[in-house]
This record gives sequence, C-alpha cells and structure tokens, in this order.
Amino acid sequence: MLLIHCPYCREDREEEEFSYGGEAHIVRPLEPEALSDQEWGDYLFFRKNPRGIHHEMWYHQTGCRRYFYATRNTVSYEILETYMVGEKPQISAAEAGQ
Amino acid sequence: MSQINRLPSGARIDSSVAVKFTFNGKQLQGVAGDTLASALLANGVNVVGRSFKYSRPRGIVGHGAEEPNAIMQIGSGAGTVPNLKATQVELYEGLEAASVNGWPSVNFDLMSITGWFGRLMPPGFYYKTFMYPAKLWMTYEHFIRKAAGLGSSPVQDDPDSYDKLNQHCDLLVVGAGPAGLMAAREAARAGARVIIADEQSEFGGSLLASTQRIDGRSATGWVEEIVAELNAFANVQTLPRSTVFGYYDHNFLGILQRRTDHLVLRAAAGARQRLHRVRAKQVILATGAFERPLVFAHNDIPGVMQASSVSTYINRYGVAPGNRLLVFTTNDNAYQTAIDWHRTGRTVVAVIDSRAAPEGQLVAAARQLGIQIMAGHGVIEAQGGKRVKRALVAPLSADGSEITGAVQRLGCDLIACSGGWSPAIHLSSHTGAKPTWDQNIHGFRPGESKQQERSVGACGGSYALSACLAEGAAAGAEMAHLTGHGDGILHFPVPEAEEVQEQPQQALFLVPHTKATSRAPSQFVDMQLDVSASGIELAVREGFESVEHIKRYTAMGFGTDQGKLGNINGMAILANALGQSIQETGTTIFRPSYTPTTFGAIAGRDVGDLFDPERYTAMHRWHQDQGAEFEDVGQWKRPWYFPQSGESMLEAVNRECLAVRNSVGILDASTLGKIDIQGPDAAEFITRMYTNSYLKLAPGKCRYGVMLKEDGMIFDDGVCACIADNHYLMFTTTGGAAGVLAWLELWQQTEWPHLQVYFTSVTDHWATATISGPNARKVLAKVCDDIDLANNAFEFMDWRDGTVAGVDARVFRISFTGELTYEINVPAHYGRHIWEALIAAGEEFGITPYGTETMHVLRAEKGFIIVGQDTDGSMTPADMNMDWVVGKNKSFSFIGKRSLQRSDSVRENRKQLVGLKTVDGTQVLPEGAQVVFDPQQVIPMSMQGHVTSSYYSANMGHSIALAVVKGGHSRLGQIVHCPLADGRTIAAEIVSSVFYDSKGERQNVQ
Repeated sequence: MLLIHCPYCREDREEEEFSYGGEAHIVRPLEPEALSDQEWGDYLFFRKNPRGIHHEMWYHQTGCRRYFYATRNTVSYEILETYMVGEKPQISAAEAGQ
Repeated sequence: MSQINRLPSGARIDSSVAVKFTFNGKQLQGVAGDTLASALLANGVNVVGRSFKYSRPRGIVGHGAEEPNAIMQIGSGAGTVPNLKATQVELYEGLEAASVNGWPSVNFDLMSITGWFGRLMPPGFYYKTFMYPAKLWMTYEHFIRKAAGLGSSPVQDDPDSYDKLNQHCDLLVVGAGPAGLMAAREAARAGARVIIADEQSEFGGSLLASTQRIDGRSATGWVEEIVAELNAFANVQTLPRSTVFGYYDHNFLGILQRRTDHLVLRAAAGARQRLHRVRAKQVILATGAFERPLVFAHNDIPGVMQASSVSTYINRYGVAPGNRLLVFTTNDNAYQTAIDWHRTGRTVVAVIDSRAAPEGQLVAAARQLGIQIMAGHGVIEAQGGKRVKRALVAPLSADGSEITGAVQRLGCDLIACSGGWSPAIHLSSHTGAKPTWDQNIHGFRPGESKQQERSVGACGGSYALSACLAEGAAAGAEMAHLTGHGDGILHFPVPEAEEVQEQPQQALFLVPHTKATSRAPSQFVDMQLDVSASGIELAVREGFESVEHIKRYTAMGFGTDQGKLGNINGMAILANALGQSIQETGTTIFRPSYTPTTFGAIAGRDVGDLFDPERYTAMHRWHQDQGAEFEDVGQWKRPWYFPQSGESMLEAVNRECLAVRNSVGILDASTLGKIDIQGPDAAEFITRMYTNSYLKLAPGKCRYGVMLKEDGMIFDDGVCACIADNHYLMFTTTGGAAGVLAWLELWQQTEWPHLQVYFTSVTDHWATATISGPNARKVLAKVCDDIDLANNAFEFMDWRDGTVAGVDARVFRISFTGELTYEINVPAHYGRHIWEALIAAGEEFGITPYGTETMHVLRAEKGFIIVGQDTDGSMTPADMNMDWVVGKNKSFSFIGKRSLQRSDSVRENRKQLVGLKTVDGTQVLPEGAQVVFDPQQVIPMSMQGHVTSSYYSANMGHSIALAVVKGGHSRLGQIVHCPLADGRTIAAEIVSSVFYDSKGERQNVQ
C-alpha cells in the first residue's frame, strides 16, 4: 500500500484515502469539432504505459477532494514527487536517465 | 503412551505442569512450555501425516516455520483452524489436533497404494493426466483434495473476534533473536519508537535452545534480561507470537499477532488475533536462517530430522526424539547436536561428515567425548517403514558427487542432518530485492534493498553469534539515527559471546546413490509436495529451463511451507542438470504470506453488520414498522415493496402500481444524489457537463439532463434545478452520486480551474417524499397553504419554496411515473414528520406507500430509462432514443459531444432501446435474456441484443420489457426471440419503448 504525500494537505497519507486518476497532463482539445476521428480517438483512448517514470493524477477522495499530480516509478512504485494542478514536474523520464 | 522421550529438564519447559491434549483422537500428555510438535515427539509419535502425492508416512522434521510435514487441524467446530504447523502450535490443556492428510488415518492410509505406483505420478502429473476431459476435472479435484488433505475450513460462523491496528513506528525489528534484540535495544536507547515482533511464543530465537554463553551468562538468562529491559521502555512495543507475514510498498508491513490461540479459555481473553498494519520509517530484518536438509534416498522416512531441530528439542523442550542418533553433516554446526545428544545419555552411533578432514573446535570436542566420526562419508539412503531403522553409508569423493567405496549399514532410529544454512530472505524478497548467490556461505543473501530496510545477522548471511550481536547493535544505532534519534554511533559495549572456531562447510546439495538419480529410491527435495531430485531432472529433460517454470511444473516450493527447507537444494539440482551455476539459474521469488494468515484476521471486524456501511433514510423506521421489504441500492437500504399480510411480491407491486395510476402513492426518494452547485460560472459549468443547456434556466425552473463521459456514452442522468442566480441543485442517480461529484471536481480542478464554481454534496441533508398520482395535488393542498398549486401557476418542471406540514420545504413538480408528481424536500430531520403528515392527509384518497419495484414498473411503462440498468456504459443518447436531450446549438463543445460524431457512434446497427411485448402477454421475460432474430439458427446463435428491464404491468394487463436490439429503432413491429437457459424460447414483438400515455398527458391534471 502506497504512502502518498498530498501537496494540498501537506501530509503523507495512506493510499486508501486516494483514488487513481490515470495519466496526467492530458489537455482537452480546445476545438474538438475541428479534430479528425483519429485525432479525437488519440485524445480519448491512447495513454502512455511507461516502464519507469510516469506522471499521473491522484484524487484525495476521502481527504481534501483535490486532484493533484504524482511522478511515480512504475517499476519500484516509488513516488518521486507530488505537485499541484498548474505546476510542472521537477523530475522527468529524461532527467531520470530513462 | 507415556512421554518416553522426555528428558529430566529443558530450558523453556516446566515438567511439573502436565498438559493433556489429543492427537487424532488419542489422549496424550505434554508439559507446560511444549509445542504440539515437542509433545508429540516426547510421546514417541512417529507418523504425523501422509505426503501429498504418494501418501508416504511422514514425521516431524523441523522445529519452526520450515516444518513441511506436521500440518495440523487444530480445534473443532466453528473455531477450528486448518494448516497449522505442529512446530508453531503452543500446547494448551485440552488442545485437539488432527493430521490434515491421511485418510482414513495416518497409520492405515488407503491412499498409500498410490505410493506403490509413485513412478506413475511424475512431475506435471496433474497437467498431463487431468486436463481432459475438462468436465471431469471437478471430480478429479474433489478426489485429489480429499486424498491430499489440505485441511478443512469451518463451515459455521467464526465465534471469535479479530482486530486490526494501524501503527506507525521509527523502526520495526523483525525477529527477536540475538541480532534483533540488540538492534531493538540500541534503537530504543537512542529514543526511537520501536516495534519488535517475533513469530515464536517468546523472544530469543535461536538462543532459546543455545548452549553458548553471552557475557558469561547462559543465553536464556541474557535473553530474559534484555527482554525485561525492552519491556521497560515506553517507546518500545514488544510483540511475541507475532508473524510479520508480508512486506509491502513504501515500508508497509503486515503482522499477524496470535493473542489467544494458545489459551484454554480463548473467548474470555478478547480478540483472538490482531492484524497490525505497520508503516515503518526503517525496518531491520533479523529473521535468521533455516538449516538446509540433505537430499538422499528416502530422506523422508520419519526419524530423519534437521540437526538444529534435534538440538532444539533437547535443549529447549527436554525431548530426545529417538534412541540411536546418526548425524549427517557438511559443516561443524551439527557436531553440537551430537554433543547435545551424548549429554542426554543416549547413543550417538556416529557423525557422518562429507568433508575429508574436519578439524573444527566442535569436531574436536565430539572426538574427545568418544563420538565416532566418519569423515569423507555420506548417508546415501535411509531405510525403514514408519521409522528409520538403518542408514546406508558410503565413502564419497572429495566434491561429494560420487561414491568411492563399499556401502555399509548402520543401525539407528534418528538421522540428524545439516547441509548448512539458508538465510531467511523471504521478507526482503517481498520488496522485490533480487537474492544474490554467495559462494562463501553457499546460500542466497538478500538482494540490494528496494526499501528502507536492512538484513542483519543470520538472515544477512552472518552466522556467528558474536557477529549477530555486533551487526544488530550497529544497525539499531544507525537506523535510529536515520529516523532522527541518536548519532548513529554505538555507546554501549556489545555483549561478548564465545567464538567457536569453525572450518568451512562443504556444498552438498544432492547425495549420490549407487543407482542413478532416476533409478534410485526417491530423494526428496520438497517433502510437503513430494518433489524429488529425479522429478526436477525429468522436468529438465522435458525441456524446462526457467526456475519459475520448473517450480510450477514440479510444484516445488508451492506448499504452505513455501519450500523453506529444500528449495535451495532444488535450485542447485536444477542448475546442475542445466549445466549452469546456481547464480545463473537464480531462485524463485518469495511472496506474501510468509506463513499462512487466517482470513479472520484479514477480515477483522469488517464482517456481518460491519461488512459494509448501511445508509438509512429519515423515514427508515416507518418503512420497517410497515413491514417493508428492502433493496440494497449502493449502500442505501430502500423500501422495495410494502407487502400487506399474505401478499406475494407480485400482488403487492400490482396493488401499488394501480394505486399510483388511479389515485396517489408515496415514495421515499431521499436517496437520490443531490449536489449543491454555486458560483458565478455555475450555469456555464453545468452546461458543459450536461448534453443540454442550463444558461437560460430561470430560478424556480428545473430541467432533465443527461451526462456523458468524454467517449459519448451515458454516465448519469437527473434533474437540475435553478435555486437562485448562480445557485443550482443537481440530482443524480442514487448509486451514481459519489461518482458524479468526483467527475465534476475533476473537470473543474484540472481543466477549467478559472471557472468559479463550487460543489457540495447535500444528499444526506434532505429527506424527500414523492407523492404521485392523479390525486397528488389534493393531498399536498391539505398540508401546504403557501404555494399556489394550480396547474398553470405551479407548472410541470417548476419548483417552489413553501411550507409543508409546518416545515420549510422545496417542492419539485417533476415526474418519473408519468403521473402528476410532487417531490417534497425537507431538511432530513423532518423527513418522518412530513412523511406521516402526507400519509395522514392522503388517507381519504387511499394513499399507498410504494417501493423501488413499483417505481421501476411505472417508469418502464413510460419508457424512462434507468442509467446502469438500461444503459451499460456503451449507450449514447441516440441509442436510447433520447436525441431530444442533446442540445444542438450549444456554443461550448460539452463533454462527450465530439464522440457522438465518431464513426462508431453513428453506426446503424448499434444496440438501440426498444420495447418488447411478449406474444403471450402472461410471460415475463427474464432481465438479461439474449435476443435473437432466428430461433432455428444453429448454436452459437447470433446475439442481437438483450433484455434490460422486464416486468408484469398491472396497468397494461400484460408483461412489458425494455431491450437493446441491434438497429432496433428501425425494427418496430418485428418479432424477435429470447432463448432461455431452461430451454424455452419466448417470442416478442418490438414495440415503442413508451407503453403508456405516449403523449405524456397524465401528469397534466387540472
């Protein structure tokens, strides 16, 4: 069970309080009608599945009910950082040598 | 039978206190301090079970978690526990133990006949033999399970209670042997919060049976002192009888504490077991090592034991399990067993040492006692039936791989074996650390740490007592420092232990036989699952190479002991067969649980009424008093129907349905999700979430909306009301409330944080009484005089503030039945008050309480969908014939809109909602029934859709159903067929999904 630092509560809390929100930083297209079916399908369905560094969304469902982002290693499950919506990750796959 | 093997004294028993128990129905007696295993050995019990595959008689081999054979069913009735190792069960007065394998008994086992044709059951036997026909697998499995005897689970409710405890600590020390005790003490002295857990009944680990001295005192005396010191620390929690069974992510560990299993009056002492869920900043693993068995022919005959276990039984429990001991070793340690045995006054036949010239300190001591030592020899075969009678001994080549001379027979009834030690790396392995082979200790050491942990002492590969003490102390100080306590430096002297001069051990993983391995009598590697050396070699010949595949094919290490004894031998035999090094071959990965964990402890208090929270409405008691039957909707208990005396469900529902259509009914609708939405951008936000627009919805007005996921599929629906400017109340489905709130928050927080809008769940704040039927207005008028209820003053899809039965209320004129309906919302605490006021007011109209079933029937008559019943996450509004709810002129591309134009969303033969009217109107289709066009088609038939809702409609006088059928909207009037599991096929006509009042005039009561 993961121990997750909520950047809003500024506390380490048990995974039970959170729910997973999938890949982070997927921006909704501003003009969906201008996209082809394929482009829209990419936005809808295609997600990274990296071995290693992954930026993902978490939801502090039974806590502050805020969505935030985490940089997690999908191999070791180590959470390298968590950060608020609107912030950028400090750690990227390239920097981590992956 | 008396305790023929009981010695005058043992370090941790009290011979003056007799303890009676039964084993397989037989009355026996042990003493206080015994384990079940030591008591059985004291009584001279040889056979404790039968083996899994060949049903060979098996005896006790070890003294702890490594024991493969002595698997017991303890207790009887509701509190019985299967799968316990006799070596880990503390004896108590009246204990009932039974072997889990052996049928009808361990001494006369019908199944032993399979032992005669054991060669017909090679590895992969189950895969090879029982794969086909698949139908028979259930029969085979039943037979195998009975034969194999995996124990039996209690069938009654568990009478005991179990606890869970969430804990945090600076340092968790696993194992309270010399290394663990030192680590805990050093960390405690530095001020760290320490938990130290050990699976045994008392702390001390190997020291409880040790004859070595520490700081000039007996080992057990030293243990008592340090345990007393630990117990005196306020910052230390000591947990004996507590197994750390799993090491999970982010330093989260599970501990199973057996609080009362060892007590006679268990129930009076509170929770039987407690599951500690520990989040530790640092972890020290001091789990020790398991002695490695020696693999020779018929090494499974009762009377072949681990050397360290024999010493433990002598020293700790005062039991000498036999008379004539033969020691077989590859190292110096087992000489201690010969010396211990010699002290009991019983005969040491000889020490068989595979090494050519053993010269260590213990060897010399044994020699001095006159014990015969046969160097450069090995036991190649044990002989005997239910007990060892003799050993075949032969000289071995220097590397132990060949027999170099004549075989001699030595009479004995006990063979104590030591093939060296295997560090107990299980918990380290749980973290994903890959074990590394160490040629110096001929064993796998814990791999590089993946978490904040360190292995010390024997589990790290340091076997000398002095090293264990020193490593433990240093690690304790350092780990405490890492958690902010102390400076990481040792401030106290490490206790001194005698150093025993030893010579290196020899690596001997398989003892040769005069016959080839494939021809020799079975040389067992895994006794619990009957895996032999020849089986591993056969698997290699059949083409298996990976250690993980070999494990699954032979079942080596798959038992409840996880192969704690023989696994390393098996890896080595495999490596040899593959012509590889052990490092190249690698080892299998250990996974939780370290030893079996009871479901009771995992469930804890979350059973029965506490299994899941139940939510009740404010009117719940009234429903109960009326004898309502309840239905679970999410966690809510909703009245399902209100049967009157003698009524069947169908009769009750028919009565309720007719009452609503003909006069008035009342429904508790409190459970509908309610989200209060406020903020200057509320209307804009809501409009982005629903398919239709809310920008022009005025205060006092309501609108029905459908919410889509971004893929265009219906996700939830409900009415949204404008309460005031910038203030809305959104109703959701009962089950979807939490998901909808999370959905709104997701978009607001991550995509449109600039929109000023706020959400609050108010589901529990309001109680809702819904009155529905042509007389609904007359009922409401009797208890409400400050709202103009006239049809044109308070219109359909309006809501009003007012006073109902003296309570401030919001009244919504919306309808899920098609009848004139008022949903009266009041603060939840007034729920029962207005409910009863409405019941009283409606009495003259025969107001009828109705439940969810009637609600479902009435809405199905109207063709209103229930999200999650008529939809399944793959339905668009168009599929539901609800294009009217999709705004065509919305400026913002609402959630899911673009997906409605995807090629798949506009496909013509999508499953579409239709009504089904059975040709024989008395037949009610089962929900979930498949729809086909051609009932004569050969199986597998082409499935064209399925029934989503189906009821008998008392109002219509025939059954009605909703279904989704491919291209259904263009198939009105066609006949389809529903083949049922019972062989019947029901024909039905595709009709409009609106069965009743298709023009929607019913609610328009003047």
